[in-house]
Amino acid sequence: MTLVKIASRLFLSLKSPENEEEFVDILEERRLRSDLGHALRTFRPSPYKGGPSCSAADLPKIVLESQHLRYVIATETGASPEEVREEASAILEEMSQNLQLGFIRLLGYIFTKVFKRLFTSINVNMEGLKALQQAIQESPVILLPNHRSYVDFLVISYIMFTYDIPVPVIAAGIPLAGMKIVGAIIRRSGAFFIRRAIGSDKLYWAVMSEYVRTIIKTGFAPLEFYVEGLRSRTLKSLMPKLGMMHMVLEPYFKGEVYDIQLVPISLSYDRVLEESLLALELLGVPKLKESTTGLLKASKVLQDDYGIMHVNFGRPMSVRRLCRGKINLRQYNLIPRDLPQKPRAEAQACVSWLAHLMVRIQEEGSLISPWSLMACLLLQAPTAVLTEQGLPWHQLTEKTIWLRKLALDFGARLNWPAQVPDPDVMSSAVALHHSVVRREAGRVYLVREEEPERKRPISPEEDVIRSAAAVLMMVSYRNQSLHLFVRPALLATAIGVTKTAQRDELFAFFCFLRDVFSNEFIFIPGESSQDFEEACVLLRKCGAVHISEQEVTASDAGLEALSFLQALLQPFIDSYQVMFRFLCEDKVHVFAEKQFLPAVRNLATKLILSGELHTYETLSSDTQKNVLSALRRLETLAKLES
Amino acid sequence: MASNSSGGGSDRQRIAQQRLRIIAGHLRRPVDVDSTILAAECKAQDSKTDVSSEGKTVPRRRQEIMKWNGWGYSDTKFLFNKKGQAEFTGKRYKLSGMIMPALKDWLEDTFGTNLQHKSPATPILTSSAVQPPTLNEAFVEELKSTGIPFSHDAEDRVFRAHGHCLHEIFALREGKVGRVPDLVVWPNCHNDVVRIVELACKHNVCLIPYGGGTSVSSGLECPPEETRSIVSLDTSQMSRILWIDEKNLTAHMEAGIVGQDLERLLNESGYCTGHEPDSMEFSSLGGWVATRASGMKKNIYGNIEDLVIRVKMVTPQGVIEKSCLGPRMSTGPDIHHFIMGSEGTLGVVTEVTMKIRPMPEYQKYGSVVFPNFEQGVACLREVAKQRCAPASIRLMDNEQFKFGHALKPQVSSMFTSFLDGLKTFYITKFKGFDPNCLCVATLLFEGHREKVLQHEKQVYDIAAQFGGLAAGEDNGQRGYMLTFVIAYLRDLGMDYYVIGESFETSVPWDRVLDICRNVKLRIIQECKDKGVQFQPLASCRATQTYDSGACVYFYFAFNYRGLSDPVHVFEEVEHAAREEILANGGSLSHHHGVGKLRKEWMREAVSNVGMGMLKSVKDYVDPNNIFGNRNLL
Repeated sequence: MTLVKIASRLFLSLKSPENEEEFVDILEERRLRSDLGHALRTFRPSPYKGGPSCSAADLPKIVLESQHLRYVIATETGASPEEVREEASAILEEMSQNLQLGFIRLLGYIFTKVFKRLFTSINVNMEGLKALQQAIQESPVILLPNHRSYVDFLVISYIMFTYDIPVPVIAAGIPLAGMKIVGAIIRRSGAFFIRRAIGSDKLYWAVMSEYVRTIIKTGFAPLEFYVEGLRSRTLKSLMPKLGMMHMVLEPYFKGEVYDIQLVPISLSYDRVLEESLLALELLGVPKLKESTTGLLKASKVLQDDYGIMHVNFGRPMSVRRLCRGKINLRQYNLIPRDLPQKPRAEAQACVSWLAHLMVRIQEEGSLISPWSLMACLLLQAPTAVLTEQGLPWHQLTEKTIWLRKLALDFGARLNWPAQVPDPDVMSSAVALHHSVVRREAGRVYLVREEEPERKRPISPEEDVIRSAAAVLMMVSYRNQSLHLFVRPALLATAIGVTKTAQRDELFAFFCFLRDVFSNEFIFIPGESSQDFEEACVLLRKCGAVHISEQEVTASDAGLEALSFLQALLQPFIDSYQVMFRFLCEDKVHVFAEKQFLPAVRNLATKLILSGELHTYETLSSDTQKNVLSALRRLETLAKLES
Repeated sequence: MASNSSGGGSDRQRIAQQRLRIIAGHLRRPVDVDSTILAAECKAQDSKTDVSSEGKTVPRRRQEIMKWNGWGYSDTKFLFNKKGQAEFTGKRYKLSGMIMPALKDWLEDTFGTNLQHKSPATPILTSSAVQPPTLNEAFVEELKSTGIPFSHDAEDRVFRAHGHCLHEIFALREGKVGRVPDLVVWPNCHNDVVRIVELACKHNVCLIPYGGGTSVSSGLECPPEETRSIVSLDTSQMSRILWIDEKNLTAHMEAGIVGQDLERLLNESGYCTGHEPDSMEFSSLGGWVATRASGMKKNIYGNIEDLVIRVKMVTPQGVIEKSCLGPRMSTGPDIHHFIMGSEGTLGVVTEVTMKIRPMPEYQKYGSVVFPNFEQGVACLREVAKQRCAPASIRLMDNEQFKFGHALKPQVSSMFTSFLDGLKTFYITKFKGFDPNCLCVATLLFEGHREKVLQHEKQVYDIAAQFGGLAAGEDNGQRGYMLTFVIAYLRDLGMDYYVIGESFETSVPWDRVLDICRNVKLRIIQECKDKGVQFQPLASCRATQTYDSGACVYFYFAFNYRGLSDPVHVFEEVEHAAREEILANGGSLSHHHGVGKLRKEWMREAVSNVGMGMLKSVKDYVDPNNIFGNRNLL
């Protein structure tokens, strides 16, 4: 048994130091009892009490016969109503879930086998589960997990099955449906499939929104979807997608249900199965299409240890309470509710606010591992040091202990076993992440992929990519704790750049940075003063600044924290500047997005080789896309339809 | 009373017959109860002693027959007798003198009340609680010279300072009296009113018209900020039917006549208006016009705006009226619509010409049980769609169904109780209705016997499509009877720490279910949030159907033990419930009116321009705000 495993057991036996909620390892019981017994357990969920029950087979019927759909079918031009109706039926067939308990059982069996092999433990907060169980009986419930790994698809269903809570229906991307056998299984496990780019396909939009609405109105089952829209390749939270969120909230806006409960769920991993794939994908190595054979090939990753998976169920939040004063529902009273309506600006703003809030709560609910803190520090060392001479172990551990204190000051939920000596915790973290770092003779080195046997020597550019792959893996673990530091980091940067103590000047610069980086980090729209306040309070708490009514001054004792925070943000600033430089230098005012990415990558590679650029993150397609989105949002760039 | 005639032998004969009929009616009425109209049985029967001269039910000194701090007649109330059983006193109603064995348990189960915990009302009004009147001497002098009766007796004034909102009655029960009118005046005819209004304008006195005193919108409350002398203009003595026109089926009345007198007197001539709001025992014709009232049987007879042919209203600018009795006219915006719903802000309605109908040959009650409220609403919607609604169709939710059961009088025979048991068994066990979900629609059919039976079949056939089972005439009749009795029950509740209110709205069909659910849940949640210790009663019923929507009534009550300021909590919950209604597409009011209670939402309800229109009318008609009750605007 590894140290991590021992540590986690100890962790469970005690309440965490901050008196936070108790997590229970749901695999523990599975290890003691028969997997088959679990799969065949008596499942007695207490469903929603507010509406007449409705079967999976009824759903498409209700959808097709809804006034909304009949209206859209009648107004669709270019085809006969029968044809359009046919088409709507076909869309529904492609979309519909077919939740069957038998398949949940089958899945339960497979999952138990796989999870036991992969993870030391799966820790779930029971208080959250209890609150969820209660909420499901009272109103329609929306489950909003983050998505960090393929593994977590259906993990919520697995937990709910185990604890007698109605199994959710889950919005999934259409590619999953195309997978042989697996597609069929997950459809029967409650997944429904939606196309990615719907655009202006009115009929598709109508069918999908009516389908979602019906699930919520009838209280058919809890609905689960990713408010971020997709799996984060960087382990950093993504800007929420608003379409689905709006669809889901509409029944409340229109008074069709009294309330809806939102349950943000934070999944956090010690180690992510796809870590190396993700890094390659970000560097432009194309993503493998989801396929069953691909999945089977991936089974070699099953041999490794992935530590602990934490599932933290947030408290159910009433949409009614959240939206109080944010939206005037009377606007929905003058047009028949069944007719398609463009949401008004007020409704859009409200949905956007709520969606961002949900992502923030996911962030706050996630558990930060010791390794994530170590990654923050490792990335602040020059890459050459990490690859060549290595970082002294004691230096890293001392600094990590310091950072742990800072993180706790900032209110982090830390997954740091209290009963294990600190050096052992860090050693086992490094051991778990042997694919990224190795410890040798008191020093820590970055692990790069083995050089393939070649006839010709490796080019400097290829070498950059090799390092970049390793760095980006580490970056993604750093990203797990970024949300904790980002607001103070913006303020630290503002203090460093403006060299002023004037509160209003700092606030202005803070807002500027927040604005530029709001595709990169999650900021709740319209809450910049709250963010600034939070940053001030946290920096004061850790002793980094003094605050008066007019001024924010850096304290001598706070230099370490301030420089750490600034350095944390530096790669983003550097990367953004490289891309701004590229756009400014380029004589051409119009370019294709496809050309932009490799061009920037070339420029960045050159700059890295010349020693001008110190971060490999510029190479990440995620950063590049964020820059484009930010510039479009700031109306510096415009997208032309070709 | 005189019918207009134009000579001719047949006419003379007809008139003679008519007279005979009236005389016969007079002779028959007190002894004959069963063979006339069933609906009349639900309302209080006035015993001979109460009827003052000219058959008036309402004396100038209302306190002689009515409660000063509760609903209705002094001799009629609910109480728990020595055996601890609920009893309804008096002789006026069908339920009077009966014992309702289930009521105690229902109260205890629904509200957590306990007979040991009483919250009795102050028994008598202490005159010292009432501020001495601020009299405008010049006005009083001139009024004296007209010979119109008036009073500044404390009781008279307090009686006209309130309607029947919860907060108004609650304060009276505690012996608390706020601003009250300084003088009460009883005009006897239109010309008296003209004189009073002239004097009020001359001496800058504030006038507040008073009809039946049944307002539930704070409409009668004296604005505390009013510094002028306030005169309550009580129309109760203007209660004659001036003529009946049998050729055109219209009648002309003074506006102070109350509903029950109007129907009774018309019935004696073989006619009726068919306008029967739930408050008809006490509310007046003028009040109906001023608040846009709605009657239970509007499906046949129409609401007040459909019934009114011509109105006379005395305003500070003079008398407003139309020049003919034409059934409809295109002469610009209908001036009646400035009058109807003006809530006493523009003038006093003194006389009204209204449609009448021959009394229906046949009446039949009915009821249908539905497995749940959803099915019931679907049935009502279908009935409205087919435009075959009976005179009245009302759908009670499960809570009210249970409440109705609690008011069942003790059964006299073993056989009846056996039959009841059998019916319950049939519905719940054989038909599988969940007693905690099922709901009841009550029906009233009117007209020619054959047509009624035909109509009845049509409605029951529709009900059957929605899983409805016919549940008998008795249940239907009891439902309508409860309408008149339910207001008395609030006083009983208030004796035991329970306060409650009803309020109404109108809403499009597709939102009926949503609004019912959401408002009820909102009430429950708000009570919880505001620290109410007991589960509240939140219940509703659909009381009227229209082509495009329905009128929905909500009832809400809770046990306030443990609350320091129950009325404040109550008002906050009621406010939240109205917000919820508006958010769910309901109207500000279907027929109770705006008064001062719902004024804050008025601008939103009618838009800025609409508000400006109403204001400019007020400014022209009453520039000095003589009619200063400050309702509506």
